[in-house]
Amino acid sequence: MRAVVTVIGKDAVGILTKVSGICTEYNANVTEVTQSVLQDMFAMIMLVDISGMNTDFSVLSDRMTELGKTLGLSIHTMHEDIFNSMHRI
Amino acid sequence: MLNVYDILETIRMIQDECLDIRTITMGISLLDCIDSDIDKACDKVYEKITRCAKNLVSVGEGIEKEYGIPIINKRISVTPIAIISAACKQSPVKFAIAMDRAAKDVGVNLIGGYSALVQKGFSAGDIELINSIPEALSITERVCSSVNIGSTKTGINLDACKLMGKIVKEAAEITVDKACFGAAKLVVFCNAVEDNPFMAGAFHGVGEPDCMINVGVSGPGVVRAALAKYPDANITEISDIIKKTSYKITRVGQLVGVTASERLGVPFGIVDLSLAPTPAVGDSVAHILEEIGLEKCGAHGTTATLALLNDAVKKGGVMACSRIGGLSGAFIPVSEDAGMIAAAKCGAISIEKLEAMTAVCSVGLDMIVVPGDITPDTIAAIIADEAAIGMVNSKTTAVRIIPAIGKDIGDELDWGGLFGCGPVMKINRNSPSKFINRGGQIPAPLHSLKN
Repeated sequence: MRAVVTVIGKDAVGILTKVSGICTEYNANVTEVTQSVLQDMFAMIMLVDISGMNTDFSVLSDRMTELGKTLGLSIHTMHEDIFNSMHRI
Repeated sequence: MLNVYDILETIRMIQDECLDIRTITMGISLLDCIDSDIDKACDKVYEKITRCAKNLVSVGEGIEKEYGIPIINKRISVTPIAIISAACKQSPVKFAIAMDRAAKDVGVNLIGGYSALVQKGFSAGDIELINSIPEALSITERVCSSVNIGSTKTGINLDACKLMGKIVKEAAEITVDKACFGAAKLVVFCNAVEDNPFMAGAFHGVGEPDCMINVGVSGPGVVRAALAKYPDANITEISDIIKKTSYKITRVGQLVGVTASERLGVPFGIVDLSLAPTPAVGDSVAHILEEIGLEKCGAHGTTATLALLNDAVKKGGVMACSRIGGLSGAFIPVSEDAGMIAAAKCGAISIEKLEAMTAVCSVGLDMIVVPGDITPDTIAAIIADEAAIGMVNSKTTAVRIIPAIGKDIGDELDWGGLFGCGPVMKINRNSPSKFINRGGQIPAPLHSLKN
């Protein structure tokens, strides 16, 4: 079971550290990261294995959203199924 | 596997283009609540609704969180109350009160099914229910009502048209201090379907199982944004883009429906692939038609573009889900669509054009504000016209018009929120009374003989 954490916004120091810090806190394992910086805009997508997570999905999601607010970024935490179902027959 | 582009596209659809699930509707059968003692029956109705739907809102909110997709409404539809109340032999208003109380206690925002099916004539319970509609809609908040007055198989019940003309007017009059909102919670149908998840016309048909989850998707903004990227595409390519986009939109509906069904322990019914607009910016069906190439929705060419849109939405959606149903197509509710409101205000669209559009798309004359001095017989004739389009074309059509009591052309009614606002539109004032007062049944068309 995996979640997709997408971070979008203005590039800043330490984004990756802070986001993966929260994952570690909840025993969620980051399996893949991809990121791109186009001029000033930063987009990072992390695949996180949540099968061993020690809390509810909504707790992880809320923490990520809050972090986003403090950093001035938008962080979306979504179950991978929505992407799997939308873009595949 | 997971593609960066796809992920960003999904997020953009949700964040910027108003992709959402318009409704998860739980259909609940009340057939086992029938009792000749009305108070006992209402207690059973309250108990069943609150038992079946107690987790509906929380499960909906959980799914929203996990998939990151807004689920705008959680709603309930029930068996037509005329059937449930028939044995009570009195006005079934108490049922509406029980439904309203149950809806408030489980936290859904609307509950549909204060309904009667009279397409071939009136049976026990029907007249009592229909006559009680204005009162029921004025003393409750969340109850929605519908009456089916015709079908391709049975023809059109002209007596019911006449009666409903009177009832629609009364529903508006009795709620005049709430901007005539009563009439906005009442739909008159031809060929009503049993599994429609959208209000105000949702009811849980008697052919449906005991409890069922139906999902209504939406996303007109997503379709418009997809088309805006191809200003030079030819019309076949336009149709293709709409199909692919509505595939993606519908997939979300399928996922949400299946998940909700598992978590609630209730069978999954259908996905209704309708593109349902809201008054919010970027969420308009009319704007899709304008993007296809009309200066303003209502211009000549509107019917053709809407036909294309409706068809492409269905084709794209069919592959995306296990079962489709409901109304499935494009919705054109005037007060709930920013583009429609603008077109109506500047006079670009008329009731006559809207009537033509209903021949090619799924709903009918929906959320249209008319002058307050409209006669009940004129309303009845509008209903008969719409029913004829539905009957002859074997499709569902409906009328949800709101007489703006005390107002005329140049005024508007504003309900805010998802119900939006609508300018009073011009009607034809020549009288249809002699036709309406003849009464009887318009016979079913020849092509209904399919056996």
